[in-house]
Amino acid sequence: MKTYETVIGLEVHVELSTKTKIFCSCSTEFGGEPNTQCCPVCTGMPGTLPVLNKQAVEYAIAAGLALHCEITRYCKFDRKNYFYPDLPKAYQISQLYLPICRNGYVTIRSKNGKKTIGIHEIHMEEDAGKLIHADAGDCTWIDFNRCGVPLIEIVSKPDMRSTEEVIAYLEELKRTFQYLGISDCKMQEGSFRVDINLSVREAGAKELGVRTEMKNLNSFKAIARAIESESKRQISLLENGVQIIQETRRWDDSKEISIAMRSKEDVRDYRYFPEPDIPPLCIHEEWISEIRNRQPELANEKVERYQKQFGIPAYDAAILTSDKYLAEIFEDTVALCGKPKEVSNWIMVEVMRLLKEYEMEAAQIRFTPMQLANLIAMLDSGKINRPVAKEVFEQIFKENVDPEEYVALHGLGMVSDDSVLRSVIEKIIHDNKQSVSDYRSGKAKAFGFLVGQTMKEMKGKADPTKVNKILKELLDQKEYT
Amino acid sequence: MDITAMPALTLARMIKEKKISAVEITKEQLKMIKLREPLYHAYITVAEEEALAQAKEIQMRIDAGELADSPLAGVPMAVKDNICTKDIKTTCASKMLSDFVPSYDATVMERLKQAGAIILGKTNMDEFAMGGTTEKSYFGPSGNPWNTTHVPGGSSGGSACAVAAEEAFYALGTDTGGSIRQPSGYCGITGIKPTYGTLSRYGLIAYASSLDQIGPMGRNVSDCAVILEIIAGHDPKDSTSLNRQDKDFGNALVGDVKGMRIGIPKAYLRESIDHEVYESILNAVKIFEKKGAIVEEFDLETIEYALPAYYVIACAEASSNLARFDGVKYGYQTMQFEDLQDLYQKSRREGFGSEVKRRIMIGSLVLSSDYYEKYYKKALKVRSLIKQSFLKAFDQYDLLLGPTSPRTAPKLGENAKEILKAYQSDMNTVSVNLAGLPALSLPCGMAKNGLPIGLQLIGKHFGEKDIIRAAYSLEQTVGYVRPTTLLNEVGKEDLL
Repeated sequence: MKTYETVIGLEVHVELSTKTKIFCSCSTEFGGEPNTQCCPVCTGMPGTLPVLNKQAVEYAIAAGLALHCEITRYCKFDRKNYFYPDLPKAYQISQLYLPICRNGYVTIRSKNGKKTIGIHEIHMEEDAGKLIHADAGDCTWIDFNRCGVPLIEIVSKPDMRSTEEVIAYLEELKRTFQYLGISDCKMQEGSFRVDINLSVREAGAKELGVRTEMKNLNSFKAIARAIESESKRQISLLENGVQIIQETRRWDDSKEISIAMRSKEDVRDYRYFPEPDIPPLCIHEEWISEIRNRQPELANEKVERYQKQFGIPAYDAAILTSDKYLAEIFEDTVALCGKPKEVSNWIMVEVMRLLKEYEMEAAQIRFTPMQLANLIAMLDSGKINRPVAKEVFEQIFKENVDPEEYVALHGLGMVSDDSVLRSVIEKIIHDNKQSVSDYRSGKAKAFGFLVGQTMKEMKGKADPTKVNKILKELLDQKEYT
Repeated sequence: MDITAMPALTLARMIKEKKISAVEITKEQLKMIKLREPLYHAYITVAEEEALAQAKEIQMRIDAGELADSPLAGVPMAVKDNICTKDIKTTCASKMLSDFVPSYDATVMERLKQAGAIILGKTNMDEFAMGGTTEKSYFGPSGNPWNTTHVPGGSSGGSACAVAAEEAFYALGTDTGGSIRQPSGYCGITGIKPTYGTLSRYGLIAYASSLDQIGPMGRNVSDCAVILEIIAGHDPKDSTSLNRQDKDFGNALVGDVKGMRIGIPKAYLRESIDHEVYESILNAVKIFEKKGAIVEEFDLETIEYALPAYYVIACAEASSNLARFDGVKYGYQTMQFEDLQDLYQKSRREGFGSEVKRRIMIGSLVLSSDYYEKYYKKALKVRSLIKQSFLKAFDQYDLLLGPTSPRTAPKLGENAKEILKAYQSDMNTVSVNLAGLPALSLPCGMAKNGLPIGLQLIGKHFGEKDIIRAAYSLEQTVGYVRPTTLLNEVGKEDLL
């Protein structure tokens, strides 16, 4: 069998988190009662006209700048004409001829190192409504709330070669837009939607193969499965001497198969033409600089800074900045307690573990930087020991408890009183004669066992440093038997 | 003289002076409408109750001294039926929208209401403003007040008819390729198509968005200038509307054209023009010259391509603008359908008239990927050349002059036989819309068949004041003529 290479380009639709819609002043909030966030403009009533939302343009420019694009100084909107009940004007206002951003790139890191993925263009457009098919009968309802929510579509070049690269590219886009605050990028709410253009070719071939476009991908997992499935399907067709048809396919994640929707032969003619209701947009240099100056610090810049300012290793810094919310918690906690490495450890180990355990995203974290800072302070001042601190943190994470109150309420304060510790340890030595003689005959393991027994006796609250010190002292006293 | 024959400004003064109330004149006007509608059919909807209620309210505002600065307060008027009026049916003369009641007012309606206008009703038109005779109305044609066997022109034929037949003191029309000027010419009244962007199109049901403008139609130049002043201005709801500082059009009402340079594009006087129309235009030229203007003929380059370019661009935009009428959300929906495709096809097949369908098909073709470059893109180039050509002409002339239409109003049914000939009658008007210029039509004489002849004045961008001034000067000599039919009306005395 020949070896094949998979070539992937992506079209990503991102809903911008402006307060109001792109062409009217209706709210863009997700999840409202059907048809409560619409007006004559976004429902396409006769005689109404679109007025462009300045904030949406600024967000699109911000995205373009972050993805190293050229900003089109003289940009225009076009009408994309097609009939569908979720599109009340029967045309979508979009950009075909002069999109707002062009020729950018994204740098991704995968196991093969750094790679640059080209951005062909970013264009602005309006979202359509939602069709709701009734459970019974042949009735379909239309909810216009989403009509006119601003979108940007990021069209990549066909530069990706594997699922890993696709995921890395998408993670990078998502992270960048979240940092910019221009979108919440929630796949399950449809604010981050991915279409995959995929073709295969024999390894080393120069020409691209015939591509298919895959739609309806609702999670990164589905994307990974769809890429694997479509590559295999295309390779097996080629192996059997069957030509691949250029077509749009719909991914069914529950069945893990894709179904052909429409082929190139019945491709729609969208009859694009310049939108006469919106004058061309002249984007002047000062406006771009203004937006550039307002641009927040992005993940890559934070990674650099964390290394320099806090002495945190690159790998750790990358994890801390993998999510805007995580980086915010890190920076805010450091600002409160001034211990960057300690805070980093808590996030890298405990927070990441708990997020995974509860299948949560960083945006869903409920504890405050103040709670984590207080916990670190208690640990630092010897009020609690590390094992207790971990236990308390889990409660903070899960139940949003106040660490000081929780420790007081459950009597978890650390015991450091020498006489108390000494009498407990004396009892442990007395009760574990075998271990004591093992230790004296040179078995280091036995020491650990005795520490463990002491901690157990103390219900985990003993000061571990002191336990070590006293135990060693007592065991080394020869007269003590 | 009949009180309903009065110019709008004269009536407004009488109302201010308490010689007549807004309610009295509205009642009088409604009586006239009842009397004359069977003959002329200027209206699709007469909003009698609403008009009377409005008249009462406006009289109260006048009595409270609120509308002292408003030059047309209390004057009843009519609105073309493609301009949205809140709670009053707005049909576009189409079966598709025959029951459509907007929940919003067009911005021009808000401005007029603010200024104390009383809305009598909605006037007849060619379906979706596509046509030049008002015969394409789903509700049947209107008659020309000078001779009801002739059309009033179109597409704002109902508005022109209502004003000439004294069924309204003034009216709003819309002009995409001549739809204000041509019926004004055919009915012997005055109409202005302002510079593109002078007023808000919000609430105007679009035919061709890059060409459409609303404008005033009245019995004299002064009325029109003042109406335009009221409705003009930037609107945050329409990004193509401009913030003009020079919209004091009333100040241009001076009878003086001394030193004005007027150009006549030779193509406007070509052989196909009716001889009487030609004579009448020459007569107007003589008047202008006598008043001190300098008039000469010149070649307006590329003007011969205006008509095809206009139809390509207007139809392209229309095919998109009218796509929203799909039977799903509002408007006409077919009774029975199999599936979504069937619902679309049947609703649109049954809801639109033949001319609308023709233009949607032309528009869809010229925008399709195979023909975009060949037709649509080429038309855009022609449009830009025509604009250049006009700009060049305005280096030499303050305004341009010509007949509004090559002939007087055709007979009912005459145009239906020859579509291309009908399209050709728009020859002199469409180039103005392509270039976005202001233009005005006013009566300049009568043909032997008893029908009025219209003269078109074209100004440079934002040159409304030039054309208003010239028109006002000509009007001093030519004057407004009432349709003879109104003078010989039977049965009117019983009503008065």
